[in-house]
Order: sequence, then structure tokens, then C-alpha cells
Amino acid sequence: MAVIAMREALNQALREEMTRDGNVFVMGEDIGVFEGSYKVTAGLLKEFGERRVVDTPIAEEAIIGTGIGAAMLGLRPVLEIMTINFILVAMDQVVNHAAKIRYMFGGEVGVPVTIRTPGGGGQQLTAQHSQSLEVFFAHVPGLRVVAPSTPKDAKGMLKAAIRDDNPVIFIENISLYNTRGEVPDEEYLIPLDKAEIKRPGRDITFIGHSKGTLLALEAADRLAQEGIEAEVLDLRSLRPLDCDAIVESVKRTHRAVLVEEGWPTYGITAEVSATLMEHAFDYLDAPVKRVGGIEVPMPYSKPLENAVIPSVERVLEAARSIL
Amino acid sequence: MVATRQPATRRRRSEEMVDTAGIPPETLLEIYETMCLSKAMDDRVWVLAHSGEIALAVSCHGHEALQVASIYALRRGYDWMVPYYRDSAAALAMGLTPRDMMLAFFARREDSFSGARQFPNHFSSRTLNILSGSSDIATQIPHGVGIALASKMRKEDRVTITYFGDGATSEGDFHEAMNFAAVLKIPVIFLCENNEYAISVPRRKQMAIDDISNKAVGYGMPGVSVDGRDVFAVYRAVQEAAARARRGEGPTLVVANTYRIDPHTSNDPDRFYRDPKEITEQRKHDPVLRFSAFLNQHGFLTEEQDAAIAARVAAQVDEATDYARSAPQPVPEDAALYLYGN
Repeated sequence: MAVIAMREALNQALREEMTRDGNVFVMGEDIGVFEGSYKVTAGLLKEFGERRVVDTPIAEEAIIGTGIGAAMLGLRPVLEIMTINFILVAMDQVVNHAAKIRYMFGGEVGVPVTIRTPGGGGQQLTAQHSQSLEVFFAHVPGLRVVAPSTPKDAKGMLKAAIRDDNPVIFIENISLYNTRGEVPDEEYLIPLDKAEIKRPGRDITFIGHSKGTLLALEAADRLAQEGIEAEVLDLRSLRPLDCDAIVESVKRTHRAVLVEEGWPTYGITAEVSATLMEHAFDYLDAPVKRVGGIEVPMPYSKPLENAVIPSVERVLEAARSIL
Repeated sequence: MVATRQPATRRRRSEEMVDTAGIPPETLLEIYETMCLSKAMDDRVWVLAHSGEIALAVSCHGHEALQVASIYALRRGYDWMVPYYRDSAAALAMGLTPRDMMLAFFARREDSFSGARQFPNHFSSRTLNILSGSSDIATQIPHGVGIALASKMRKEDRVTITYFGDGATSEGDFHEAMNFAAVLKIPVIFLCENNEYAISVPRRKQMAIDDISNKAVGYGMPGVSVDGRDVFAVYRAVQEAAARARRGEGPTLVVANTYRIDPHTSNDPDRFYRDPKEITEQRKHDPVLRFSAFLNQHGFLTEEQDAAIAARVAAQVDEATDYARSAPQPVPEDAALYLYGN
């Protein structure tokens, strides 16, 4: 297996799907000549040409709206929104249209569109460039929402998202594009509705997604030095949520710390916590603990940003409070 | 800064011979000094960003003439400025100081814009009537219309100028705000700084027209297109738009055409998408050099005056850099300040 960076894994997924299916095309701001603000579309313009690699005006609502139109006619648009922060002006297209068209057409017409967009902070990009808004989408029936944490998952899930007949919000993370990991040489897909145990353990379960999973893995390494074995469950999919995997793990470990980069109030961790209350209450030996971003807009200053973004130390602190 | 040096002893020609759009000689020098200051600040923050002392630099190089002239065509300290992130020369013209800006670039606690919470080029001042900028594109345009609406409702004769780039005209916010302002005859000036690029996307891929001012026609307001590197052309156009707004006749779209000499930000590898030869060619039309040549040619600026301006500007930038560099960082306990009012 080759070891590659997340951005390269995503690039491979796009290239392979565009090669496999002539209906797949990519569209977004600065994705052609410039190859994307995070270089995920590198080389695609040269390989597939301007017909299938479309540089657009700065018009997020039109990018998603026209993507929906093309998808209704059977194309497979993969839309890049430069950062998740910029999708907010297009939320009407996402929530009122992409998510509902199949239902409103009585199942006659689907919207097989994939919207790729990175969230997350940590790069001093401030309040309007650093948000983790996955919960806005995970709330909406009709959407699929995924947020992988490894290059292998990113590639397999992006390919699966493009082949899926539903609108998929594919959430990347700006701080993970350079993270490296093994990716199978042969073709593979990863289902869009399954969590995965990234590290088995018996004493406590850490549950996260995207960067939250990486914080959990690092915290688990630290606890292992003290003889405590933490299990790390990577949600991968946020809608649907893999409730079975969540409940099954906590039934074995009896303790849970939930980690997310975004604000925890009404967050992904709130939903996982409710799932545990409903389905694993009798197995819990301690209250469920949550770790998330401090609930302020992201500040520019590095010391302030560091104070706001969740850290391994805060995961460890939460774990120790219930061990 | 003077491109063609003239003997220091040369006296100015009769003022009536030169059309300066009614701008008095001392104000011409003030405009020039502000443009030089902006250029020196841009050069400095660019170096600081590439040496890793600050996280990000945004330069307005190429926009100095249009930004400073447009502010001087208004009533500074009375009218409102609603900027985007490339409007640092305009902000200096409004009265912000290099120290104000450096404290933001260095993300220091004393930063008067936001206490190091905002992006550095998103300056603001309640006392100078400068609205804080946005990272999102075109979102400030409706805010500008709203501020002007408030002035109109209060029966003040204040006007608002809102700035944006060529790329912003593709966003829905631009279109909705233009239409809204025209229908309600709102005293706002839409100033489009056409610098030919939106990050990597050239203007011809942003819109299917050559003259952006044509966009005004569809909304029922005047649209004028001027050379954005010509102080007087911009001054006249904005002055007329402001007069029209104060007469209650509504908004104007002014398009100031220029060229973005520096990359989008200090993080932008612009060689990916534009030929360095193109930039070299455009540097010949540097608005700061062009204005200094004009002032010199017509006797408004002597070599001594120019040297004194250069020295003052350098000293200000040095002082601001040193001050901000040694100013204290914000403290994490303050991270939640300013989230809510009472």
C-alpha cells in the first residue's frame, strides 16, 4: 500500500471517478488553472479539459443551484465550495432543494450531487474561515453527510459519494490535507454509513470524526502509556449516524468521551450523547463527557486560537474525570 | 518615488494651467503622502509575512490612487466607509494609522479593531466611520446600503461608500443590494475596484462583459467607468456620485479600473495563473509613480519635499512595526469577550 497525503487521496478519487464515468465533472471557484485553494483538483484541468473542470464566477448559490440542475438530468457533479464558511449563502439550495427534490418529486428525480468543502480551524484564518458547520447539514433529512479522518477513508468515501444517488455533503478539514496514511493500491469503496474502530480498547471509548478522531487517537496513545486502553471510534458518517457501532462499543467499555472540533452545543457530540442515553444508558458507569471548540467565533491571535480549539489535553482531562 | 526628477529650484507653473479637479496643492501632497504610506506599509507587511513574523499579508498595491482619491472626494470623518479586505490605503486616508494596522497584523491585545480577533486587513473604527470587513465576498455591499438607508431615515446628508472587487459582482449580495438601493434611492456609492483578478480567476472568466459599469443599467442607476490609476478621474467620479446621493437622487456605480500588482495574499502562488511579464508590464503604470511624476512635472512636489515624505513614511512604518512587535499578546482568558452585549 502506498502512503499518501489526504489531498492526494482526494485527488485520486476524483481522477478515478472522472475516468470511470463521463457524467462526472467538477465545478467550483479557482479549481481549474489554480487547481483549488487546497490543490485537491491538481492536474484535472490538464487531463479532462475545460468541459469537465469548470472554473466558475464567485457565486456559491449558482454553483450549487446549477449543480442540482445538472444532477437532475443525470450528470454527476462534484462541486467544490472553497471553504464551508462560504456555503452559507447557498444554504437555500442545499436545504430547500438538494435535500428535498427527490421527495417532492415523489421519487421520480434524484440529485446525485457531491459537495466537497473543507471546514476546521487552526490556521489563523479567523471567524469566517475556521468554522466546523457539519451539524447544519447533519440536521437535514435527505442529505448524506460524511467527514473522513484518514486518506484511505477520504478516497473510498469520495468515490462512494460520487456514485451515490443522493446529495452528499463531503466535509474535509483544512488541517488534515497534509496528513499521510496508507491507501490500498487496488480500487475500493467505503460505505457512507459506517463508523470504524480506529483503535480497539477496553477501558473507555473515544468517539469523534474528522480532526476529532486524530485528537482521540493521540489521547489514546498517551493513556496507553499509563496502562489505560481507550477505544477510538471514528464516526466517518454524520448522517446517517452509525448508532449500532456507537452503542456496541460503549456497551463494552462503559465510558465515553465525545470529541468534535466545532461547538458542542446542539453539536455532533450532543447527538451521539443522546444516542447513548437512549440505547446504552444501563451500560454506562459514568456520565458521558464532551470535548469541543470553545463557543466563540474563531479569533485570529495564535494564543487565543489555541485556547479555543479543542486539544489532546482537554480530551485527556475529560477522560481522567470519568476513569 | 519621483520617476522623473526635476531641479529642486524649479517653481510651480501657474495653477490655472493644471486641472487638479479643484484639489488644493497642499491636499495633493497629502493624498500623495498617504499613497506612499500605503505602499510602504504593504511592502513591510509582505516582508513580515514571508519571514513568518505575521501570519498573513494583504496588499492593495495598484489600488492606491483610486482608494485615497475616493476617500478625499468625500467628507472624511462624516461619511461612511464600508470596505473589503484590500482597502488599506482608503483606511489610511480615513485616518487610521500605521500603528493601528501593525497592531492588528501582529495580533496584539492592544489592536483597536478587535483585540486580535479579526483578520488583520479587516480594520474598523467607530469614530472614523469605518465598518469592519468580511472574509466572505460581497456581503458588505448590503451592509453599506443599510448604513446609507439609516442616514436617509435620519435625514442626515451623510453618504456611504462601499468598496468591492470585480469578482464580488458575481455574488447575489451585489445584485440584490444594487437593486434595493436604486429602488429606494439610497445615498450610497458602489465603488468597484476592478483589478482584473479574483484570486486566480481573470475578469473575462468572471463576467461576459468588458465594462463593469454596464451592470448599473439593469438596476436603473448611473454607472461610470474610470481609470483607477488616475487620482483626478476617480476624485471627480466619486465627488459627482456623492453630490447626487446628497441631493436624494440615489446610488451610483463607479468602476475604477486598475491591476492587482501583488498576489491575492502573501499565501498566493500567483505564478500558477499569470505571466510574470504581465506584472512587469503593469508595474510601469504604478499609480504612486504616476502621481509623483504628475506632481513633480507640474511643480507641486520638489525633490526635497519628496525626500521628506519618503523619510516620514519610513519612520512611521518603522515606529509602527517596532511598537507592535513588542506589544503584549492577548490573553486566553479574554477569548470570550465581545461575544454578547448586555
